Formats: sequence, structure tokens, C-alpha cells
Amino acid sequence: MEYFVQQLINGVTLGSIYGLIAIGYTMVYGIIGMINFAHGDIFMVSAFIALTVFLIMLAIGVTALPLILLAVLIISMIFTSVWGWTVERMAYRPLRGSFRLAPLITAIGMSITLQNFVQLTQGARVKPLPPQITGGITLMQGDAETGSIVVQLSYMQIIIIVTTVVLMAGFSMLISKTSLGRAQRACEQDAKMASLLGVNVDRTISLTFVMGAALAAVAGVMFLLYYGVIDFYIGFIAGVKAFTAAVLGGIGSLPGAMLGGLAIGLIETFWSGYFSVEYKDVAAFSILAITLIFLPSGLLGKPEVEKV
Amino acid sequence: MSNINQAGSADEQQAPGALVEWEQRVAGYAGEPPFVEEPQRLSAIAAALKDAAIAAAIAAALFLFFIGFRTDIAIGGLDLTTRWQAFGTAIVVVFVGRLLFRILLWRPATKAGTRPLLLRAFGSGEGTPLSEHFARHSKSVGVVALVAAVLYPVIILALFPMKDKQFIDLGVLVLTYIMLGWGLNIVVGLAGLLDLGYVAFYAVGAYSFALFAQFFEVGFWFALPIAGILAACWGLILGFPVLRLRGDYLAIVTLAFGEIIRVVLLNWYTFTGGPNGISGIPDPTFFGLEFARGDDNLPGLLGIGYDSAYKQAYFFYIILALAMITNLVTLRLRKLPLGRAWEALREDEIACRSLGINTTNTKLTAFAIGAMFGGFAGAFFATRQGFISPESFTFMESALILAIVVLGGLGSQMGVVIASIVMIGGFELFRDFAEYRMLIFGLLMVIIMVWRPRGLIATREPSAILKERQTISADMVAQGEGH
Repeated sequence: MEYFVQQLINGVTLGSIYGLIAIGYTMVYGIIGMINFAHGDIFMVSAFIALTVFLIMLAIGVTALPLILLAVLIISMIFTSVWGWTVERMAYRPLRGSFRLAPLITAIGMSITLQNFVQLTQGARVKPLPPQITGGITLMQGDAETGSIVVQLSYMQIIIIVTTVVLMAGFSMLISKTSLGRAQRACEQDAKMASLLGVNVDRTISLTFVMGAALAAVAGVMFLLYYGVIDFYIGFIAGVKAFTAAVLGGIGSLPGAMLGGLAIGLIETFWSGYFSVEYKDVAAFSILAITLIFLPSGLLGKPEVEKV
Repeated sequence: MSNINQAGSADEQQAPGALVEWEQRVAGYAGEPPFVEEPQRLSAIAAALKDAAIAAAIAAALFLFFIGFRTDIAIGGLDLTTRWQAFGTAIVVVFVGRLLFRILLWRPATKAGTRPLLLRAFGSGEGTPLSEHFARHSKSVGVVALVAAVLYPVIILALFPMKDKQFIDLGVLVLTYIMLGWGLNIVVGLAGLLDLGYVAFYAVGAYSFALFAQFFEVGFWFALPIAGILAACWGLILGFPVLRLRGDYLAIVTLAFGEIIRVVLLNWYTFTGGPNGISGIPDPTFFGLEFARGDDNLPGLLGIGYDSAYKQAYFFYIILALAMITNLVTLRLRKLPLGRAWEALREDEIACRSLGINTTNTKLTAFAIGAMFGGFAGAFFATRQGFISPESFTFMESALILAIVVLGGLGSQMGVVIASIVMIGGFELFRDFAEYRMLIFGLLMVIIMVWRPRGLIATREPSAILKERQTISADMVAQGEGH
């Protein structure tokens, strides 16, 4: 029981990070119908920016941890947004209205470019960051006689889960209540009609990428603080998982992305905990395939109605 | 709006004055928009400078934490170093580059028809597009390319005796990718099923030959068909669950499939050797004769002395033959009902079903046949390398093959050839700049795609001909929709 609860906590934490990245995929897919393969690498870029900002903060003598973390979060969100915007502008906008495999190829090209740019400028070796936020709440005491373990909810996990929930709530508000969200939903339904009605489609799409990148930056900061090890390749793995999450939840649906992220996180953690660590990816992907056999448009996706 | 309609439908009863008014109004709608264009405040150079400055500012934001600062592992934690000089250089490069691009190549979006300065300087940029030329002479181009390929090892052996092995090896590599590209072209270009896990079949082919050679000591020629059949079976296994999926759902499941195969190969130590892979895979024989030293072997019998370049040349001809088989089968299939069904499926699945085409079988055969050629290529890869490990079958490989197909122009056989030569050959050219070449490779993919979104060869022969042979533009066909 204790083991189960501990795995549940770990799974939800991992799932939150996946979910934050998955939102970027799902939003971009919803609005321009393309797989933004470079999104995982945007996440990786944000983790690197966060690490550098963290070291700069220490170097200029800021010692208050909350202040440092706030600065890291804000600066990496801003600069990652610039990356997201630039990728959209360089690789996707010139291909707007072209056939749909073209932006997929530029996305793959951008992913290769970003990975190798970071590898070239920051080195290929992993960068460790010692844990900054330690300690936690002990939920269940272990018992040596029965062999049960201590169940801990660390402060870092609390921060990750709370941040994700707050961001999700704020984001849902943004999409449903603000004019930007309205413009975005309009573009999603019919970009041409939206532009005829005075919505600046290009700007809306750019902002979608900026928002996706900002959320990926939050995930990147969390990843850096939670795992403490980053390298130039984390983006690919996290990106594929997050994309799997987005598809599992039903691509184009925001709650779906979050749900899919949680599902993938839980599947991975439980599989690692109870079966084997090596095959956790196989488990996640197999469950994706099985789910899609029975629900071809994901858990919360709307089935496409095709008109003839 | 209703006014116009009234005027338009009932103009005979209208007084002449009203008609004139209506015509004026129609003239107002046609042509230029009724609003006045804002006068250009900045001259062209000033605008270009402003644009370049903005680009430089963005570059500064992008590069600050990557070129400006660098973190390194040091004793007792991470060490932060600054590189302001490199940072400054990068920004200047972006500024100058953007300025030159803006002055020489940029075409202002507002004035249609204005041509960039560079094209104005070098004659007409319009005229017949290159791909049209290609389409017109596709047959002769193909023949010339085939002859060139057949003669390639001979020419290399004669002209570059010092570097012959390297060049022939490059040729083998390019041909391997051409074959893979043609195999994937069946799935993506003809049947329109977006497959991001094609490398799985390549891996299945390679591993089935390697494992057969290891456990049963069979030779290449015996294992080649088995590898193809096994890969085709895996194609069917992948095909079944994805039958109902479309578009990007299909893409992610195929990607997942490729990853599953790789992870299993990596972790099933007892069977596949895990990350250590399988080594000692035998070379192909020539009717039972080996390419090795000694008088009983082929070079000895021919009396030409042993040279490992000859073995490379032999590999070259094997892969050339395999690739040509792929090409001929594809070209023939496109003329058969099955190939027609693939293309019809790509265009419209619902129409296909209404016309009584069995979409299940059509999709499964596309997957199986595409996978079979991947399997052949995989078996060849195993025998050429003599050693395989899961590292050769990552997602990047799938992405590269897909990039070759799309950059070449979906569905175009010649396009795959050109894209393979450009991508793989270019990649090898930059061998001396090993650090930068993946970066350049990625950028090249983006630039070629932005420059020619339809691929290098954007036209191709139609499968069905009514009365007159015409080439069709790729714009006319829906591709890679994954229905």
C-alpha cells in the first residue's frame, strides 16, 4: 500500500511535467494542424536557460532561494518564448498553406538544429545541478517489521503539482474568457473565416507558439529542479512522451493533454515500480496503441466527422 | 450586398443612371482595395537596416544564454564562463546576413511581381521550372542516372586509386538510402500513410539476417528473402492496429512502433546482444565464392589480386540491383490495380470505399510491401557493416528517410535519388567539420523545405492516362494525409 501511494505521487509529478509540454503540442496541432516536433527541444532549451540563469544568480550574489527561483522561472519563460516565436517564424510560417508534410519536415530539421546547437555551444556532457529544494512531508511512516516503506511527498513535488494545477486553471481561463483565447479558438475552427472577421491569424498563431514555449519553459525549470540532470538530448525523449500524451488524450483538446500526460506519467512510474524499468517506454507506447484501437481519436478527442 | 444583386439581376429595367452607378460600384470592388496605401516612410536601405537590427536583437536574445554563457562541469559543481567575443561575432553575423538577404534576395510582399535584386542581376528567375524539365525528360534522365551508377565504381577505381574505398563506400551509402527512400515512398508517397517508424523494418531485416547467420550459419543470399518476408510480416503486424487511425494518430503509433522495436532490441540481451549488438555477420558470396585472400576465392580465380575496394564494388552492385528491383516493382505496381488503389486511397478514402475498394487490404499491402523493401535494405546493411547494434536504428534514421522522400518530392522516384545524393553526399562532404555537420544538416532540411515546399521534383508522371500524356503538378495531389 505504501509503495503504491509513493508510486502514485511520483507518477502524478512526472505526469504534470508531461502534461505541461503536451499542451504545447496540442495547441499547435489544434490551430495549424501540424506536429511541432521541435517542441520537445524548446523544452530542452528552456532547461538550459534555467540552469544558466541559476548560476548567474548565484554568481552575482543573490542568496534568497525563492528570489532565485522566481527569476529563473520568469527569465527562462521569456527567453524560451523568443525561441518558440523564432522557430515558428523561420520554419513554419513560410510554409503556411503548403501541404501538410512540409512543416513536419522543417520541424524535424529544427529539432536536429536545436539539439546540435545546444550540444555545440554547451557541450555534450550532462549537467548536474544539486537538489535545491529538499525535505518534504512524511505521509506514512514506514514499518521495518512489515517491510513497508516511508511515503514522502517532497516539497518539490508539491511545487510541481501545485504549479501545474494553477497554470492549467489560468490557462483554461485564458482560452475561454480572454479575447486572445477567443481568437485562438476561432482560428482553430476556421482560419480563413477568422481572418475575414478581423482576427490577426498570423499574430494569433505566433502567440500560440509563444504560450506553448512558455509552458514548456515552466516544465523545463521543474524538470531541472526535480531531476537535477540535463543534457541536450532530454528534449527528444520528453517530446515524444508528451506528444504521446497529447495524442492519447485526444490531440487538440487541452484537458485531454493534461489527462494524457497524467496517464503516461502514471503508466511509466507504475511499470517501472512493479515490472521493469527498461520496458517502461514499451508499456507507455503499447497502451497508446491499444487505446487508439478502441478510441481512434484519443480519450477526449472529438471524432472527426467527414463530410462528402 | 443585396443592392448589388438587385442591380445585377434586374439591370434591364434600370434607368441608365442607375446602371452607371452600379458599374462604378462594381469597379470599386474590383482590382485595388478601396483604401489608400500608406506611403513608404523609410527608404529601402533604411528599412533593410531596421529589419537587420531587429533580427540582430532577436539573435542576441536567442544566443545570450547559449553562446554568451557556458556552463561546464568543474570540481565542486558547475562552472560558469562567459564568451562575449563569440556572442558579439554571432550577432554581427546575423545582422550582416540578414541585411544581405534583405537587399539581395528579399521580395517585398506588398508589391507582387517585384523580383529580388539578385535575380534581376542574373537574368530571368522565371521561365520553365527545373522540375518541368525533369518531368519532360524523366525517362532519359533515369537512363543516364542508371548508366552513371553502373559505371561509378569502375570510374572511381580508375581515377582515384588512393581514395577508391571511401568513394565507393559513399556510393553504397547513398544507394542504401535511395532504396529505403523508395521503399518508404510506397507507404507515404503512394498510399499516403504517414509512417514515422520505417526504421523498425530496416532493423527487423538487419537483425533477422544477423540472427539467422549467428544461429543457423546461413549466408546472405539465403537470408535476404527471409529478412524481407519477416519485415513484411512486421509490416502487417503494425498495419492491423493502425487501420482505423488517420493523420497524426497514425504518425505517433508508427513512431511508437519504431521505438518499441528499438527498446526491445536494446534490452533483450540474451537474444539480440543488447547494446553490444551482433558482430561477425558474414559477407555475401558470389555464387559460393568469397571475396577474400587465397587462390580458391573469387579474386584469386579471376587473377586480379585481392583488394578490399573490389569487395566494396561488389557491395555497390548488390545494393544497386536491390534498389533497381525496388524501383521497377514500384513502377510496375503503380500501373496495376493495387497501385491505382493506393493512390486512390491517398486521395480520398471514402470515395475509395464507395467504389468497392477493400481499404483494409490496400493499406496492409502498402505497409507490407514497403516494409519488405526496408527489410531487404536492412539485411544488406547488416552484411555490409558486419556489425549491427540498436544504435543504428534510432528515430533520427526514420526522420532522415522521411526527409529524403519529402525533400525529393513525394511520389517522385527521381526526387528520392536527388535528395539522397544531396543529403547523404552533403553530409559526408562536411566530414571534416564533424561538430557542425549535424547543425548544418538540420538547417539545410529547413532551408530546402522552405525554398521548395513541394520537394525538389514537384512533378511526376501520372499513373492513369486519358488520351494524352501530361505531367501533373504535385499541387494537384493530396499527399501524406494518412487516411
